[in-house]
Amino acid sequence: MSDGDRQPSRTRVPMPVAALSDPHMGDAAKHPARVEKIIAAVFLLAIVFISLFGAGYVQNWKPWILGGTLGVGLFLLGFGLTAWGKYLMPQGPFVEERHTLASTAEERDAMSAALVERSAVVVKRRKMLGGLFALGAGIFGVVAVFPLLRSLGPLPGDSLDVTDWRKGTVLVDSNGRPVRRDTLVVGGIMTVYPQGQVNALTGFITDNGQAVDQTVLIRVSDEPFTTVPGREDWTPDGYVAYSKLCTHLGCPVGLYEQQLELLVCPCHQSMFNVRDGAVPQFGPAPRPLPQMHLGYNDQGYLIAMAPYDQPVGPGFYERTTT
Amino acid sequence: MSDTAARTKRSTKAAMGPFGQVGKIVDELDDRLGVAKGGRVFLDKIFPDHWSFMLGEISLYSFIVLLATGIFLSLYFVPSTQQVIYHGSYQPLNGQWVSEAYRSTVSISFDVRGGLLVRQMHHWAADIFTGSIIVHMARIFFTGAFRKPRELNWLIGTTMLILAILEGFIGYSLPDDLISGTGLRIGYSIAESIPFVGSYLVTFLWGGQFPGTGIIIPRFFLIHVLIIPLVLLGLISVHLGLLVRQKHTQFAGEGRTEHNVVGSPMFPTFMAKTTGFLFMVTAATALLGAFVQINPIWQFGSYDASKISYAVQPDWYMGWLDGALRIMPSWEFAGWGHTIPFEVLLPAVVFPGLIFTIAMLWPALERKVTGDDELHNLLDRPRDRPKRTAAGAAMFALLFTLFGASSTDVLANFFHISLNEVLWFFRIAVFVIPVIAGLVTYQLCREMQGVHGIGKRKRSVIVQRSPEGEYSTVPTPPRPDDVHTELDPEPVPVRIDIEPLDNGGPREPESSPTGVRQVTR
Repeated sequence: MSDGDRQPSRTRVPMPVAALSDPHMGDAAKHPARVEKIIAAVFLLAIVFISLFGAGYVQNWKPWILGGTLGVGLFLLGFGLTAWGKYLMPQGPFVEERHTLASTAEERDAMSAALVERSAVVVKRRKMLGGLFALGAGIFGVVAVFPLLRSLGPLPGDSLDVTDWRKGTVLVDSNGRPVRRDTLVVGGIMTVYPQGQVNALTGFITDNGQAVDQTVLIRVSDEPFTTVPGREDWTPDGYVAYSKLCTHLGCPVGLYEQQLELLVCPCHQSMFNVRDGAVPQFGPAPRPLPQMHLGYNDQGYLIAMAPYDQPVGPGFYERTTT
Repeated sequence: MSDTAARTKRSTKAAMGPFGQVGKIVDELDDRLGVAKGGRVFLDKIFPDHWSFMLGEISLYSFIVLLATGIFLSLYFVPSTQQVIYHGSYQPLNGQWVSEAYRSTVSISFDVRGGLLVRQMHHWAADIFTGSIIVHMARIFFTGAFRKPRELNWLIGTTMLILAILEGFIGYSLPDDLISGTGLRIGYSIAESIPFVGSYLVTFLWGGQFPGTGIIIPRFFLIHVLIIPLVLLGLISVHLGLLVRQKHTQFAGEGRTEHNVVGSPMFPTFMAKTTGFLFMVTAATALLGAFVQINPIWQFGSYDASKISYAVQPDWYMGWLDGALRIMPSWEFAGWGHTIPFEVLLPAVVFPGLIFTIAMLWPALERKVTGDDELHNLLDRPRDRPKRTAAGAAMFALLFTLFGASSTDVLANFFHISLNEVLWFFRIAVFVIPVIAGLVTYQLCREMQGVHGIGKRKRSVIVQRSPEGEYSTVPTPPRPDDVHTELDPEPVPVRIDIEPLDNGGPREPESSPTGVRQVTR
């Protein structure tokens, strides 16, 4: 192929780098050599910093030095390149025509006709086949969803309604030690778990113990008191226990305002009065915290006299009203 | 150099044609793929210049940073909630029960070389990603760039924002630390609140009642590193593909019409600028990662569902939902053997669903209201569309108010006022502030429309007194910045000619051939 055949398809016109009259360019357009020197200096600095980053990585320098050198190096590299593009490359303004995306009316009709008329011949005349195929594909769609959904996890069943607390379950602290009459002084608070959910040797607490069974035990006074009529004997020696799961969104109700006798949820500031059955005093929580019926066993350990009388934690559709 | 060698070199060069090695590669590619014609058009593709058009680029480039840093992190992260006893270089945690996910994240931060930097870069890039998407979306909204024919790209963009928020939340949950674990617990309870399907949804996803059977972190890991990034990559490709096919929008100006695009060409100008910008966005994440600590999970401890910390707040892009949850009254429905927790369902499921539905349907809604079925390639000035601008301002005011409501407890502590008063302030403000913001914006837009020479600098005048004592004013000549004359745009030429500087000074543009602006050096 000779040189003569290789002329570009469009005529060669010198491409302007930057117009002197361009108000955005100002001095840069008039003194491109000066701009070039500045950009070269910026690139040189970038090389220094990026090399420093490499050295720092080899030498295992502190993270902020690594990030600092990398950041400054990359910034200079990018800044230089952008300045090169802005000051030393053709700025235009250049124009490009928009070509209509839409087709002609004939082309549209041809497409619609192909869709409608062919399907009229092929599909509509064989309605039964089409229906059967659609049915098959539809059934497959439904069936295919099952392995995906059903294998993911178990059906909820009553798992959302129950905890590990049973009649007679001993209350233990996070180290697995049972709680006695004298464990807390008045005003004291602790988180308790069902015995068996905490390994007393390793301090390991089961997931269920942490997430579902967690219960807050507070010694409100020296003597029993009544939170709600009908719960007269639930608070031996002034001990009262509530599920620690907020009834709003299940955060642990971890803050205790001793003076006000309020349990506060740090997530959305629901407040529960521990003396009157943890009825919400403030905030978005809709229900009182479930209260535990406390008692002692033969060894003098605090125990649950019954499981919680309702599901703990936030509401869900299957939660029966109590 | 020997004669033969020189001849060989010359003959090789001659055989290659006038464009050398590059020309040869183009020939070879074109023989097989026919790239030359379309490729040339692509190199000439015009990008209009406006600072607001780079907001979307920030999203794209922070996504690239996310991919790169994410690959690094995935080499060391262990997606498991298996409980282990920590033994590592962070002394305060020694001997404690932690999950494998948490242990590996602490190990990335302290034991992997450069690990902390990359982790913090990843988190910062995620925040920049989501933030720049929102600002980019605001630009599109207020300038009317979503109008026909670009409704589909608006839809894709909104979908990507939802995915970015989801991806951020899931990634935030992966280290299994105390704060993110609490966030995950809240997420569980929100999903659980949905009537009919809620309890099935959560037991399926978590493999049982919270915290499930240790399956959630591996599943989230898969969603975080594979599924959502893959979907995002696909959507980004379509997003950019549509942008190329439909071409850019541009602001009105001299020589700019609905039927053309005016700006600088893809190659080399835009490519240099945008690649430089990629480096600068990466640099920003590196500097933030180096100097601004983010999510120091070793201070929070491993997640324990029975522990909690004070001032629990999610990452900022979830703040509006947290605020909505806080100010919602405790309206739970209970009856007929069922419970519907409206105090969770309305602010955390229905409300965001409504917001995103409105966002997605906005182009269709606006078209219905205005009856405007034209194709639009020129952008609106926000003040020229006062109703749309007011609606957008009201929406942002609503979201910002809710964001403020997510720190009711911090505000009450800081200003020493009752939490109750703060709560009621926000309950009222969430209705009042958007209305005020909308009305004020509408009025401002209307006022600005009527002002002559708005957006232009006022020219000073000279007050003169004549010998007779008469005062008169004389306008000063316009400053160079004021006469912003757009040059006549022309098609992109083939070749760049840079002539050497001959007499020390550049030639004036008047001396160039007609129609060609040329710079000598």
